[in-house]
Amino acid sequence: MKRRLLASVATVATLVGMGSAQAQVELQFWHAMGGNLGEAVNAQVEGFNKAQSAYKVVPVYKGSYTETLTAAIAAFRARQAPHMVQVFEVGTANMMAAKGAVYPVHQLMADAKEPFDPNAFVSPVTGYYSTADGKLLSMPFNSSTPVLYWNKELLQKAGLDPAKGPTTWPELGEMAKKAVAAGAKCGFTPQWQTWTMIENFGAYHNLPFATKSNGFGGTDIELRFNDAARVKHIATLAEWSKDRTFVYNGREGRSTAQFNAGDCAFHIASSASASAIERALTKEKVGMGMMPFWPDVIAKPQNSIIGGATVWVLQGRPQAEYVGVAKFLSHISSGPIQAKWHQETGYVPVSKAAAEITEKSGFYKDNPGRDLAVKQLLLNPPTENSRGLRIGNFVQIRDVVDSELEAVWSGKKDAKTALDDAVKAGNELLRRFEAANR
Amino acid sequence: MVENRPWLTVLSHAVVLIGLVIIAFPVWMTFVASTHDQQTMLRSPIPLLPGPHMVDNYVQILTEGYGGRFGSSKHTLELGWGPAKISITMSTIAMTMINSMIMALGITIGKIAISIIAAFAIVYFRFPFRMWFFWAIFITLMLPVEVRIVPTYGVVASLGMLDSYSGLIIPLIASATATFLFRQFFMSVPDELTEAARVDGAGPMRFFWDILLPMSRTTIAALFVIQFIYGWNQYLWPLLITTKESFYTVVMAVSRQANVVDSVPSWNLLMTMAMLAMLPPVLVVVFMQRQFVRGLVETEK
Amino acid sequence: MEKRVAFNERWLPYLLVSPQILITLVFFFWPSGQAIWQSVLLEDAFGGNSRFVFLDNFTHLLSDKDYYASARLTLVFSALVASVGLGVSLLLAVMADRIIRGATAYKAFLVWPYAVAPAVAGVLWGFLFNPSVGIVAWSLAAIGIEFNYVINGNQALALVVIAAVWNQVSYNFLFFLAGLQAIPKSLIEAAAIDGAGPGRRFWDIVFPLLSPTGFFLLVVNIIYAFFGTFGVVDSLTKGGPAKATEILVFKVYNDGFRGQDLGGSAAQSVILMIVVIALTVVQFRFIERRVHY
Repeated sequence: MKRRLLASVATVATLVGMGSAQAQVELQFWHAMGGNLGEAVNAQVEGFNKAQSAYKVVPVYKGSYTETLTAAIAAFRARQAPHMVQVFEVGTANMMAAKGAVYPVHQLMADAKEPFDPNAFVSPVTGYYSTADGKLLSMPFNSSTPVLYWNKELLQKAGLDPAKGPTTWPELGEMAKKAVAAGAKCGFTPQWQTWTMIENFGAYHNLPFATKSNGFGGTDIELRFNDAARVKHIATLAEWSKDRTFVYNGREGRSTAQFNAGDCAFHIASSASASAIERALTKEKVGMGMMPFWPDVIAKPQNSIIGGATVWVLQGRPQAEYVGVAKFLSHISSGPIQAKWHQETGYVPVSKAAAEITEKSGFYKDNPGRDLAVKQLLLNPPTENSRGLRIGNFVQIRDVVDSELEAVWSGKKDAKTALDDAVKAGNELLRRFEAANR
Repeated sequence: MVENRPWLTVLSHAVVLIGLVIIAFPVWMTFVASTHDQQTMLRSPIPLLPGPHMVDNYVQILTEGYGGRFGSSKHTLELGWGPAKISITMSTIAMTMINSMIMALGITIGKIAISIIAAFAIVYFRFPFRMWFFWAIFITLMLPVEVRIVPTYGVVASLGMLDSYSGLIIPLIASATATFLFRQFFMSVPDELTEAARVDGAGPMRFFWDILLPMSRTTIAALFVIQFIYGWNQYLWPLLITTKESFYTVVMAVSRQANVVDSVPSWNLLMTMAMLAMLPPVLVVVFMQRQFVRGLVETEK
Repeated sequence: MEKRVAFNERWLPYLLVSPQILITLVFFFWPSGQAIWQSVLLEDAFGGNSRFVFLDNFTHLLSDKDYYASARLTLVFSALVASVGLGVSLLLAVMADRIIRGATAYKAFLVWPYAVAPAVAGVLWGFLFNPSVGIVAWSLAAIGIEFNYVINGNQALALVVIAAVWNQVSYNFLFFLAGLQAIPKSLIEAAAIDGAGPGRRFWDIVFPLLSPTGFFLLVVNIIYAFFGTFGVVDSLTKGGPAKATEILVFKVYNDGFRGQDLGGSAAQSVILMIVVIALTVVQFRFIERRVHY
């Protein structure tokens, strides 16, 4: 009754390409990019919608990565799936196992006769999202890797050289201690602690996260991240937390607020946080470098692994609509668009073309540090420990690790017990995953 | 008062005042935050008194939205048909307020309507399976939608009710609080009234309209308050079933905005949104508190 | 509970209950049935692989120490929310009952929190205790108390309890106040003439007469603490740190919704449903008895 009165609602004012509106096929694209990232996504979509008239992509911000994934799954089960959904790297193994739900990108492109060359993408990205025989399953979209940021002002106050960051953990510890002594509220704080301090820590030091090449070789795997190096690392951080050299500021990306507020001297965070951090602290005050490493574990760091997300195509729509999906995916992965995305956000350029365009434009000269992420990813040819991770029920496993690490930070457990417990609980989740996907 | 004990009166005032200050403090700080600019809200300690940017913040939220993040797009609301049609253009946030209002009112009115007739049937009629019906309704009393949200989503989706006001409203009126309260109230209505109505030859529906419904006013008022707040404050359900911005609700918008890790948190704008999100239910409670308590206490007797 | 007088109609009562029953069937029994069915399956998230595992999900759950920890936490949490919430609101109501001048103004402010959505309440309290700009966190730091609910589990629990109590205190307050005002003044006056002081009068007369209201509120508060606090937990702590605030209703959501463990989550839902039904029956029996007073 009431809603009849209020009749039809909501038409976006930015109406473009009016004439042919009727014939357009709408393609749903659910993503998890809030804030200025969301604006960038909208701009990409708008570009596609303006460039042709047969299809209209509707971008929908569905909240966090997990909320987006859950919404898509619920929708799929109810046969209302969006055409495309952005899924974070942690969900990869679960998506791969979802037989009949996913339309693999290589197959989509072939079916739609859309020109497509998987070799156009950089290898750390394709490696993570391809099958064992090298077939790309989802479309690389936003990939990042953790890098080190520092607050030049706080370093200066501590009498340190603001232009030069630490390269090893002992150095970082010392500098952070000095910064705290000079009045900083916190020395060092990491984002996404499991991703940065456990997963990437492993790849960077060439240590396995799990057996069978971190899960690339099968689902019957066991976690391995409770090794001596990581126990020592976590124990060191716990030790540092006593005098605020290390401060834990919450899960996921929450700690960035502290660094942005100018409280912390050092921050290990996704390269995609670069634009946000530079906006908050101003470009001049932010230093960037590669992640530090432990010289007693490895002489030279291996390489880091990616985070971020890819676009997965879901089954269950009329075949004709997938032609539009293929066109859209080509559009968003094209060189100029990815180059713009990379420069605006700090995500790594997923295609070689995007990297070249950015290089040629002189962007890195004006923005020193922005090329670090790619360099760090390509530091060395990947080993089986640094290619990526393919872990079932990874969302829950990360929750487990987060919880156990929090138990360390609050002094309830020592590093060894916590990591052992995390491995044990994680293995149980892996067994459940194996059983569910038999 | 029974006797005059000045110290006790002073103590009473003191305790209530302290309680008041503590209870009102979060709301006060929200208000204060909504009256400053972004920069002020980033430096600790933040001010305890309102600043000069109140109008700017509210105007921005209501006309432009939250600085482009959560829906910078404009929405047009069209009322009426044909020549009588007017359209209003507004920000997403204003749109979410209207959606929240539609959802809250829909839930409130729907719940009260279906509950009062169900309670009427259960109390005033004898029919097979009466108690079965009663228990079937009753069991739903307090089970929150959160614990069965995925299957409920499936049902709503298969009925084609995603992204619609009916999807926002109808599944949430399946709760028994209102039926229960009406039942309690009807039980306390003297049988003589029914007797008299029957002697006068009034049928059941006549009795319902002319006698029972007017008598239930306070219970309805109490339920209006409870259900309006319940409907307005829903978070998870709208989050799950809406994919179009035009169906988002304001609580969802606030909560979602609070979770976005952004370059510089705009506490002033977020808190302006929070103020707007709480205003309508607060007004309902403050203005209806007397009927609210009376309605509930009466049925409790 | 039977009316002596009833109407005799054959189809009308069915017609009257049908909207309610229909909605209950479609949106409660149908999904609940699916939840029960899901609780005996092991499925991948998309539903492609599905296996009947009988009670495996339940045995898995009941052998999981995290589940017991969450159940224990829920009990502690509910006890805290109910006792603190009732205690504070009773104190306020007793004091407000003595106040004649300005009572309306006081009340108007005291009822605010009830209207605030739990999800928004979480945002407000998170703002006050925010480690970088939170005014309360800052004040505590100034007097040497380091309050960081992101690391300290006990502080996180305390914060969630405070926010949950805050959200519920006005509701309790209104009921207590109404209960107090319903107590005949003559009773109290008589006691005063007998020389009973205010304290005695409260314990001997007011408190017993208020206990039915108190019991009703106790049930309401426990149910609120069990389920209604989801929004507060979700927006403040998300169950962390180290599961220090992961109450059962949040765990159901977290395992099923975030973790995609549909079977395990459904098993938890089924257990919760049983608890709710038990609580409901208890409450019903109690209220039913009171109607006969």
